[in-house]
Amino acid sequence: MVNIENLHKKFNKNVVLNGIDLNISEGGIFAILGPNGSGKTTLIKSILGMVIPNKGTINVLGENIKNNSGYRHKIDYLPQIANFPNNLKVKELIKMIKDLRGHTNEDQRLIELFTLQPFLDKKLGNLSGGTKQKVNLVLTFMFDSPLIILDEPTTGLDPISLIRLKDLIQTEKTKGKTILITSHIMSFVEEVSDEIVFLLEGQIYFRGSITALKNKTDQPDFEHAIASILT
Amino acid sequence: MLKILKYSFFDLMRSRWSYVYFAFYLLLGIVLLFLNNDLSKAIITLMNVIIMLVPLIGTIFGVMYYYNSKEFTELLLAQPLKRSSIFLGQYLGVAISLSMSLILGLGIPFIVYGLFKSNAIWDFSLLLITGTFLTLIFTALAFNIALTNENKIKGFGYAILLWLFLAIIYDGLFLMSLILFEDYPLDKLSLIGTMLNPIDLSRTLILLKLDISALLGYTGAVFKKFFGTNFGLIISFIMLTVWVVLPVLRIIFKSKKKDF
Amino acid sequence: MKNVLLFFTAVLMAYSTYAQNIEVCSTCAISTLKKGISVAKDYDTILVKKGTYKEHNILVDKPLTIIGESYPVIDGELKGEVITIIADNVTVDGLFIINVGTSYTEDYAAIRVRKSKNFIIQNVVLEKLFFGIYLEKSRDGKVFHNKIIGDAVEEYNSGNGIQLWYSKNIVIEHNFVQHVRDGIYLEFSDDCLIKNNVSAENLRYGLHFMFSNDDIYEDNTFEKNGAGVAVMFSKKIKMLNNTFKENWGTASYGMLLKEINDAEIIGNTFEENTIGINIEGSNRIVYKNNNFINNGWAIKVRGACYTNSFIENNFLYNSFDISYNSKVNDNVFNKNYWTNYTGYDLDKDGIGDVPYRPVKLFSYIVNRTPETIILLRSLFIDIIDFSEKVSPIFTPNNLLDNNPLTKRITW
Repeated sequence: MVNIENLHKKFNKNVVLNGIDLNISEGGIFAILGPNGSGKTTLIKSILGMVIPNKGTINVLGENIKNNSGYRHKIDYLPQIANFPNNLKVKELIKMIKDLRGHTNEDQRLIELFTLQPFLDKKLGNLSGGTKQKVNLVLTFMFDSPLIILDEPTTGLDPISLIRLKDLIQTEKTKGKTILITSHIMSFVEEVSDEIVFLLEGQIYFRGSITALKNKTDQPDFEHAIASILT
Repeated sequence: MLKILKYSFFDLMRSRWSYVYFAFYLLLGIVLLFLNNDLSKAIITLMNVIIMLVPLIGTIFGVMYYYNSKEFTELLLAQPLKRSSIFLGQYLGVAISLSMSLILGLGIPFIVYGLFKSNAIWDFSLLLITGTFLTLIFTALAFNIALTNENKIKGFGYAILLWLFLAIIYDGLFLMSLILFEDYPLDKLSLIGTMLNPIDLSRTLILLKLDISALLGYTGAVFKKFFGTNFGLIISFIMLTVWVVLPVLRIIFKSKKKDF
Repeated sequence: MKNVLLFFTAVLMAYSTYAQNIEVCSTCAISTLKKGISVAKDYDTILVKKGTYKEHNILVDKPLTIIGESYPVIDGELKGEVITIIADNVTVDGLFIINVGTSYTEDYAAIRVRKSKNFIIQNVVLEKLFFGIYLEKSRDGKVFHNKIIGDAVEEYNSGNGIQLWYSKNIVIEHNFVQHVRDGIYLEFSDDCLIKNNVSAENLRYGLHFMFSNDDIYEDNTFEKNGAGVAVMFSKKIKMLNNTFKENWGTASYGMLLKEINDAEIIGNTFEENTIGINIEGSNRIVYKNNNFINNGWAIKVRGACYTNSFIENNFLYNSFDISYNSKVNDNVFNKNYWTNYTGYDLDKDGIGDVPYRPVKLFSYIVNRTPETIILLRSLFIDIIDFSEKVSPIFTPNNLLDNNPLTKRITW
């Protein structure tokens, strides 16, 4: 599904990714974890082609992504901070994204799922952070792509929406899709992910299941396991 | 690209600033024409305004739009769209909406005033064409500045510096060097100096219309060829086009290399 | 009453008894103009019928009236002068004269009047000429409604349309002169009236005065000439209601004044000239009610000009209003309308509350380094002009219009 070889990236003199090799097979939920500044977002953005690597190759679904934009048809991406053009109304934004990516009817169901109907005619600039995040989720999940990348999907969500999100992720998983998630909420990660990739100082420090991590660090629970890596 | 252009354009068309800009020109046109009642004078005043204000608004607006729509850009970047289309679309969206404000804002009062019956229509059209060129050029320069500077404050600083330099400082240096080297033949130098600054270039274009009598007073053969024939007009337009194309190419080039 | 009657009888008598009509045509007994003149008696009328007459050196040595019917062509075949008038009271009317000889030693003319009085030259058309109508030491004549179309290319081998040399009291009216060296040229000729002529596209000047005094020229149009009108070394010339248009070029003026004293320049329009009026060594001249429109320089003062006054003129959209090359000013500017004036009129009396300073620093700079003209209307230039306006250093301090008008003057 995603194949990364010897990926290097530095911003000015600050090395962020330092030789990453990662092979993510099809199907399942992968959590990319790591302390602040470990390169999680950079890695994701590299996969999306938003960050241009200094070295290394990335293949998504067998296509090299360099100077390529078509492969993004196969990716649904949820950006970290949902900050949309303030002058647009919610439904205009949805319409626009559909216009750019192609037709779908999935949006109606998602709007209902997150009870966004009352906000459709409101301008994005007037929405709360949580509501924006819901709109963000709608935009991400309304397309049926084999690869889904979620950057901090839980930000600002109320408990009900969080449950809905988890359900949504599970249904997508059952369809056989590959889902990449970054999150700081360890309980969330523990609950949804099948496998974790732990980044530290620009390299993959650990890759495997949560149980394997617990065994490796000899810690009873996930949070402590993570903490032990960092100390 | 056209889709992005459309969305950027409508996004801007809805923003307050487009209206303010449009209203400003509308008001300017009305005041100049109906309170002053002197078409020739109105066109001279407009020329001064366009040459100074259009570049300023173009740079400031371009930089502002770029920084304000950063998140939107990131959203677009994750979509299956080419980078060049995203940025060119946005650039054209800004440039076209600014040009529209200019053309409509000034055009409406002039048409109401009965411009079509007057022979000032060519001067006026030239003015609007020049204004549009300046908008295209300076918005492109603004996008260049914004693309190379992540820091908003820095970006705005450079934008204003760029304007100050091209609008005023450049001419000061230009004048000084002409006076300094007055013992040498200067006509080529002075024409080249003009070509290298889009504001001077546009000014020359308008001079060709308004001050041709004075310009023909100068003896240099190159000058004479430049101002006495259509040569000057053609060269100026070619150079203005070059001034649009180069920064736009750099937008494409830079945007391909940039990390978001 | 008695006198009038007597006069009429005399005229009648003259017509019925003495004056005869002589017809000239190619098939007549008299087939050339020369022959016609030789058989004519004083005060006869020679009627030249339509046709082509290849003649030159036609000498009119007695008072005659020569009238062309339907513009007969007198073809000089480039052999020399065509008609030379040496008698008083000659009238030439309605001829079409072509192919005047060109020479570097002699000024051949289509029609020359030498040392004669009371002549009339009218309705004549001249083409392919060297000199057109040449008046030499003659007086009290009239040059009326002629059309002179030259094909001059170089100044050194072309002549003038209408030339006056040591002539007095001549009226030049309703002529149309183009493509010659000087349209109308006056040298040592006083008390002439030049009215309603159009002089255009001439190589050098539309109208040229040298050492001529007390002349008036009015209601003429001078367009696209090499250098407009030149008035030099002359006194008491009145220049009224003329139009000077589109005289473009490096040494091109609407009007050039050099060593002119006590002239009046009133009611003229100077439009789209490189320089409206170029003034050198001219004193006590009144400029009033003139329009200066769209000129490069409305007025360029090149020094040694004293006690001139510029009153109630309109200066409209000129690139530069006034240019001086010195810091001294002895001329008066008052109550003009300047479109470049940016002051205000709070008491609404039609006079601006702050004086206008028509000489810009930039015009001084352009005088020094002409290439800087390319910076015209630049914001930087506006800024330095403004600072000069606040505290003049390079331009005459006292050169001010203290009463600039806020509305265009009509008269």
